[in-house]
Amino acid sequence: MRAVVNYAKDICAVVASTFEGMSITFSHLMRRPMTIQYPDKIPVPIQETLPLRYRGILEVDLDICTGCLACERDCPITCITIGIEMDKETKQRQFKHFDIDVCKCMYCGLCSEACPTGAIRHSQEFEGASYNPAGLVRHFAPQPANLYKPKKGGETEPKLITKVDIGLKYLDEFATPDGGGAGEE
Amino acid sequence: MQAFIDQLIKDGAFAGVPKEVVYAIAMVVVALVVLSAFVAPLAGVTSWLERRVWARMQSRVGPNRVGPQGILQWLADGIKNLLKEDLIPSASDAKLFSLAPYIVFMGFLCTFVVIPFGANLIVADLNIGILYILAVTSLVVVGILMAGWASNNKWSLLGGMRSAAQIVSYEIPAGLSILTIIFLAGTMSMQGIIKAQGWAPWDWFLFDNPFTFAAFFLYFTAALAEGNRTPFDIPEAESELVAGYVTEYSGMRFLFFFFAEWGNLYVIGAVATTLFLGGWQVPPLPIFDNSPVLLGIAQFVTFFLKAYAWVFIAMWVRATLPRVRVDQLMGLCWKYMVPLSFVCLLGTIGFMFMPADGRRIFGIITFGFALATMINFFRRVVFQIRAAKPELYFKPQI
Repeated sequence: MRAVVNYAKDICAVVASTFEGMSITFSHLMRRPMTIQYPDKIPVPIQETLPLRYRGILEVDLDICTGCLACERDCPITCITIGIEMDKETKQRQFKHFDIDVCKCMYCGLCSEACPTGAIRHSQEFEGASYNPAGLVRHFAPQPANLYKPKKGGETEPKLITKVDIGLKYLDEFATPDGGGAGEE
Repeated sequence: MQAFIDQLIKDGAFAGVPKEVVYAIAMVVVALVVLSAFVAPLAGVTSWLERRVWARMQSRVGPNRVGPQGILQWLADGIKNLLKEDLIPSASDAKLFSLAPYIVFMGFLCTFVVIPFGANLIVADLNIGILYILAVTSLVVVGILMAGWASNNKWSLLGGMRSAAQIVSYEIPAGLSILTIIFLAGTMSMQGIIKAQGWAPWDWFLFDNPFTFAAFFLYFTAALAEGNRTPFDIPEAESELVAGYVTEYSGMRFLFFFFAEWGNLYVIGAVATTLFLGGWQVPPLPIFDNSPVLLGIAQFVTFFLKAYAWVFIAMWVRATLPRVRVDQLMGLCWKYMVPLSFVCLLGTIGFMFMPADGRRIFGIITFGFALATMINFFRRVVFQIRAAKPELYFKPQI
């Protein structure tokens, strides 16, 4: 007798739970979807909604790069290649190339921690699609450019002040979370 | 259809050609027309609609890029699959491997011979119509087992074996549920079964008595299992078997399996409509009196919508219920559905001894119960929408 009761209970449970489950899925059909189709426009671009510490594709602000090669040395997979030569006319050292191979980059962030001025840092960019691997090598020095020399007593040139500030802010907030003291163990 | 061709022969349209040749060509032409003009768009649009409905039930967007709301997605997928490389694994049995999709497809396409879209819109009104459908859909299991065996892959073989066990088992409750209707209608002809019902819902076999009402759901569940649909899709369970019997297939052959699966959904709905939901019966309105074309269109639309409603419900079930285990699947069939379908069969036989007035009362009670269930269902839906936090759902950026 008990087996019969359990048998009937099983059937009722299946019918009731299917009924309830189907009402839930039908109510979802009535709602708006929670996701949006990826490349669709939203009021704010997706890159701007990402947090500051998002590890996107590396970017270099060459105007405040001192050419210390710390990032190239620290990169575990040598995806950063920097070429610096002496310019014979002006007797100044210049970037010949500053390439980052995004194909190889593993977004570890060691380069940005080693950078003294915060010139190399992770951007919020994440769309790295390209037709060939060569298209993923980012050239940050298309023309030979002079190295940045930090001035004693702070930067005075108005064009560079904001860039230096951005770099230092990045260093403080991301590369060294405990505030200052870059490179300390 | 045969009468139409006979008329053409009599009029001398094919002078000098033997009658048999004309019939053979006509069969091929009709098959091609049915395939390209109805079945292919139907299966394609079903595939798109399923993905879309499924996505919306999971609070996603779904394919919406190709054409308005993505309705041409199936064409893009079809072209993509046609252009893909047709791989035949070197270790497989090449002949069986390439034959299997066509057998599965044939088993599904042959059912369209007896599906009654209207009073006159039927390829052949066989007097064993529903038995014929049961017979040709059993051909699918041969193709699936063939695909599983010929692939020479353990996942494929396991999928094929599971599918064979499942389809053969679930044919019993499906067949018994169909048998209740055959008893009530007294015929196996699809048109005969529809003509035994009326246009009004309380004249349908679904609401004839409580047992046919239960038999309908048993049939629908068993048909879903026979069509390898999601609560019962263990033959192609992705989490266990990669893709079951379609693991080794690619390109167009792969498409044929899914073509058959999506088209089969419509066949399930069409058979359920014919048997339980009054088929193409339309109310005898005065506008149909003098225009057989209008009547034909109304009948086709009625039948199509009724059948497609069940396609939608199959998608809905797929979005709701999780996949069952193999032992649960077999237990459900042999321990619950087979005994219950026997009960439905015997109960219906008992009801047939009852005088017509008494049956009518039970029919109306069943109809009232179904209506109350529907109303209760939509009350639950409204409750679910209100119980969910709306601010979570009306911000698309989240």
